[in-house]
Amino acid sequence: MKLHEYQSKRIFAQYGVPIPNGEVATTPAEAKAIAEKLGGRVVVKSQVLVGGRGKAGGVKLANDPAEAEAVAKKILGMDIKGLTVEKVLVDEAADIKQEIYLGIVIDRAIHKPVFIASSEGGVEIEIVAKENPDAIIHLPVDPLLGMQDFQARNLAFDLGLRGKLINQFVKIAKGLYQAFVESDGSLAEINPLVVTGEGKLLAVDGKMLLDDNALYRHPDLEAMRDRQEEDESERIAREAGLSFVKLDGEIGCMVNGAGLAMATMDIVKHYGGEPANFLDIGGGAKAEKVAAALRIILADPKVKAVLFNIFGDITRGDEVANGILQALEEVKTDIPMVARLVGTNEEEGRAILQAANFPSASSLSEAAQMAVTMAKGEQV
Amino acid sequence: MSILVGKDTRLVVQGITGREGNFHTQQMIEYGTNVVAGVTPGKGGEWTLGVPVFDTVKEAVETQGANTSIIYVPARFAADAIMEAADAGIELIVCITEGIPVLDMAKVRTFLDQKDARLIGPNCPGLISPGEAKVGIMPAHIHKPGKVGLVSRSGTLTYEVVQALTDLDLGQSTAIGIGGDPIIGTNFIDVLKLFEADPDTEHVVLIGEIGGTAEQKAAEYIAKHMSKPVTSFIAGRTAPPGKRMGHAGAIIQGGEGTAAEKIAALEAVGVKVATLPTEVAELVKASMG
Repeated sequence: MKLHEYQSKRIFAQYGVPIPNGEVATTPAEAKAIAEKLGGRVVVKSQVLVGGRGKAGGVKLANDPAEAEAVAKKILGMDIKGLTVEKVLVDEAADIKQEIYLGIVIDRAIHKPVFIASSEGGVEIEIVAKENPDAIIHLPVDPLLGMQDFQARNLAFDLGLRGKLINQFVKIAKGLYQAFVESDGSLAEINPLVVTGEGKLLAVDGKMLLDDNALYRHPDLEAMRDRQEEDESERIAREAGLSFVKLDGEIGCMVNGAGLAMATMDIVKHYGGEPANFLDIGGGAKAEKVAAALRIILADPKVKAVLFNIFGDITRGDEVANGILQALEEVKTDIPMVARLVGTNEEEGRAILQAANFPSASSLSEAAQMAVTMAKGEQV
Repeated sequence: MSILVGKDTRLVVQGITGREGNFHTQQMIEYGTNVVAGVTPGKGGEWTLGVPVFDTVKEAVETQGANTSIIYVPARFAADAIMEAADAGIELIVCITEGIPVLDMAKVRTFLDQKDARLIGPNCPGLISPGEAKVGIMPAHIHKPGKVGLVSRSGTLTYEVVQALTDLDLGQSTAIGIGGDPIIGTNFIDVLKLFEADPDTEHVVLIGEIGGTAEQKAAEYIAKHMSKPVTSFIAGRTAPPGKRMGHAGAIIQGGEGTAAEKIAALEAVGVKVATLPTEVAELVKASMG
């Protein structure tokens, strides 16, 4: 789950990371009032869950409250990569002397959280990684011990910080780590962490991604979810416990297992079709989940045929078959479908489908070819 | 012969009285796996499917000599179950559970570094040495004993390839699903090493998917250390990029983890990469003659 900049920064602040004074506005008048309260120059920042807000014109400086109002009027309602700006963050403008990148992710290879830092902050870290990989510092943290002071000091020195900035940085790095761990983050990022004209460190921009598998223990964070993050069908799928990605093709796919779901898409393409989606019903899916998945697939008006590919293990063929039939009772449709059902309880599953005259295939290749033919409106 | 599980396996099932745990215990027993104990805290002293249930893994090890564990407990209890098994002296822990928070797994892996236990998974189908033992949830009937070793990040896709192999009369020594989570206990290289050393594995099949760099690292290992032929399939050639991977994530992975990158890395070290799952079996057949 993604958090907005203002949400991420507020979490960081709870862990002692200094952030600019600022508030969120949903109207130009509110933006003006906030700017009046803050006094001086402000920056008005669109709050949408995509990168590249600055380039899209969604971040602007304002010298006084009247300008803040005018700028907010332009930004609110703006479309940034398909998302409508509904909120802006009005922050005190910082006096920037230097920009640093500081982030934490999980390193799969060493199975530990790792700090990524660079003295070349303020730009996209991927670009730094590509053009100047030596400018990126990696620091793994033992998840049982947590971030130690000496590690944070080493990181500060490696970033070229000196004097009073060292202790400020130690506090920020440890705070960010704590925020990452206690929120079950998959990414916590300050970019840029700036050195101000007064010689203070300040987290000017922030970003957090949360581990969806851990949200059950963070109802407060779950409540921060922005419905704009995902399209309607992806949201319904997530709430049903399905892994779903909408694509542009005409063949709806329902598969158990992510690897097999991707292979199924590959095979549909191989036989000249275009998958309408990636959909993994997960392990052990019951009839209700299968029914929910089918409703999501059929809600897409582009879908011309549906392919079920189930290789039963902890997911059982009979339960999937019952789910398909149950869904078809609720959702009346003329869209042709084919099921390929093998593995655990395959005979029971096939018998259920056969009794209902539901077309089935014995191999994945055969099922994919049938689905492609059906999508063209031809008989199989 | 086989790797990791076989006739010497003495299995304890953690979560044996749960719906999935019980169903799959029955399937494993039917296949001939030596299930010596089950564990469900609070249900010690009961019996299910002819198997004694204990409150702790420690008791199962002490009383029944369990050396392998399989875990079916829900995600929020699974990290604890893995550590309990390792602490009790279990040598091989297979965790089927999906949805374990990644920071829990980071702690578990660091804990396991101090123990002598090997973890397979989590979020995996387990492993099977056909004709000897099944420690997992895979449909047993598609397998047959033989000389092809399989290792895969995916569950159901592995069955697809196993089925294709069996259809061409190519049996398997051991088939292992290592799991698709960001943090797993055993990786491709660990398993390649075991297959290379196993006298009864003649050919290895590696099944990968998009994301991360595990396949590229496996390719480097194959080039340096594998004398046995390897055939591969990578799922996700047509997947749209950037749907799952976060910002700084791509850096640490050292690339976007596309299927094209992985296929190129494997082909560069002489691995044959199939376009369709069924084609894997044809390539293995051609290679084994």
